[in-house]
Amino acid sequence: MMTLYQRRKLRNHVVIFFSLAATAIGLGWLAVILGTLLYHGAAGLSLSVFTENTPPPAAQGGLLNPIVGSLIMTTLAVLIGTPVGIFAGTYMAEYGRFSRLTHVVRFINDILLSAPSIVVGLFVYDIMVPPMHGFSGLSGAVALAVLVIPVVVRTTEDMLALVPRELREAASALGMPLAYVIGKVSYRAARAGIVTGILLAVARISGETAPLLFTAFNNQFFSANLLRPMASLPAVIFFFALSPYEEWKALAWTGALIVTMAVLALSITARALASSRKTS
Amino acid sequence: MSMASVHSSTPVPAVSHATETGALEEKVAVRKLNFFYGGNRALKDVNVPLYTKRVTAFIGPSGCGKSTLLRILNRVYDLYPNQRAEGEVLLDGKNILDPGQDLNLLRSRVGMVFQKPTPFPMSIYENIAFGVRLYERPPKAELDSRVEQALRRAALWDEVKDKLAANGLSLSGGQQQRLCIARTVAVKPEVILLDEPCSALDPISTAKIEELIDELKDDYTIAIVTHNMQQAARCSDFTAFMYLGELVEFDTTSKMFTTPTDRRTQDYITGRFG
Repeated sequence: MMTLYQRRKLRNHVVIFFSLAATAIGLGWLAVILGTLLYHGAAGLSLSVFTENTPPPAAQGGLLNPIVGSLIMTTLAVLIGTPVGIFAGTYMAEYGRFSRLTHVVRFINDILLSAPSIVVGLFVYDIMVPPMHGFSGLSGAVALAVLVIPVVVRTTEDMLALVPRELREAASALGMPLAYVIGKVSYRAARAGIVTGILLAVARISGETAPLLFTAFNNQFFSANLLRPMASLPAVIFFFALSPYEEWKALAWTGALIVTMAVLALSITARALASSRKTS
Repeated sequence: MSMASVHSSTPVPAVSHATETGALEEKVAVRKLNFFYGGNRALKDVNVPLYTKRVTAFIGPSGCGKSTLLRILNRVYDLYPNQRAEGEVLLDGKNILDPGQDLNLLRSRVGMVFQKPTPFPMSIYENIAFGVRLYERPPKAELDSRVEQALRRAALWDEVKDKLAANGLSLSGGQQQRLCIARTVAVKPEVILLDEPCSALDPISTAKIEELIDELKDDYTIAIVTHNMQQAARCSDFTAFMYLGELVEFDTTSKMFTTPTDRRTQDYITGRFG
């Protein structure tokens, strides 16, 4: 017969076992994914990946045009989406903190945050691609920007909401107009958090394929023209991985590795920024 | 002559103290002030003066309305909806509750220091220069000297003069609070409101702030909210006792702490409740 104490101890061990097992399974999959990526992708990593364009079928080449395309569209998406997101988040956390509109915007933003990216791609396709008579890097950037906005709105509002009430009161008590309070005090206090949100948004759109297939499509050749179809890493991975050519498949793995490493680096930077905020 | 206690039911204007303490001017006069948080009435017909270049302490148990009263004097409550004041608060005879009152101008005349130190997330120098630049654009050399004066005034200069570029948040709690006082003083207000400025500080920092209050009253009219009875007794000239949103009694500090008129004041000061 077990005593009460022994039963509790046993139950404790069982729960610890399941918790550890669940953690191991989660981390294990991640390790397998990263391992597979490294195994298949690292072999193809060479300087030519960054200097040569995507090859025709059954030929050697690199990923220069999709890397440049991804950089252009991601940058443009952040340039479009970040100001909109920050302004909206600022309204919600500062000017409209107590207004009904804020609740409405927050609700809609949450829907947008979880909207499937393929829907966003389809929407941007509908409003931009037929009117512009074709796929374009610009419409790809707009589709990505639509994905950036809700992430930035959310983090900006959350980070500004964390700024202590007393800090705003103190700034106001000096006779500071509200715009100054926000610009010079609230933003400064929330800066690391807002930047973290932007980095996370970049990480999110770096791997998005669906919205680009309808908008930027893909381009076999190097193109920095925003009004023409533009290659991107996720789209190239998608097309090449499904192809029957070994060279293309190898490049798809290498591209996947590059995207993953870039996102990992962004996430680590975001983490580091977020933790420096707590200590400073 | 005896001092009248001020009951909310029968509001009596503050009695002249001229016979005891020389000529006293009312810098701020609160008249029949009521305050509402939504439908909740937090102040009930409060009448109280703040005399020019004197320190007035507000004491009373938590929730009695003393911080609320302070927050009306520079209208910082205006940041929040559903908070409403009725009655009159006269600053040099002009009602600041007037809807036409320019709030930034008012707050430049009536500065405030909060319970929790609130340095801005910027350098020590900028914390002070920032407030000054809101109203004036002095040349660099003059700005430097204004910053130094303010820091000296707050007895902080010697501790920070070699690290003016350091972040204000890197200072200790007591230093942060003195930085906030320096910041308030630097914009040259006429009235300074202190809302439990020492409640987060250790005894040594508290002593420094109290010394500071004593020096500041040469130039400023000061109101201080405190939970610390000894602090009120040590550093104020006048004391107001508040209870449940009413101003129960207002008198010179020496009278309030020796022979209060109202039973509730007596009970609170002797520690029987609160």
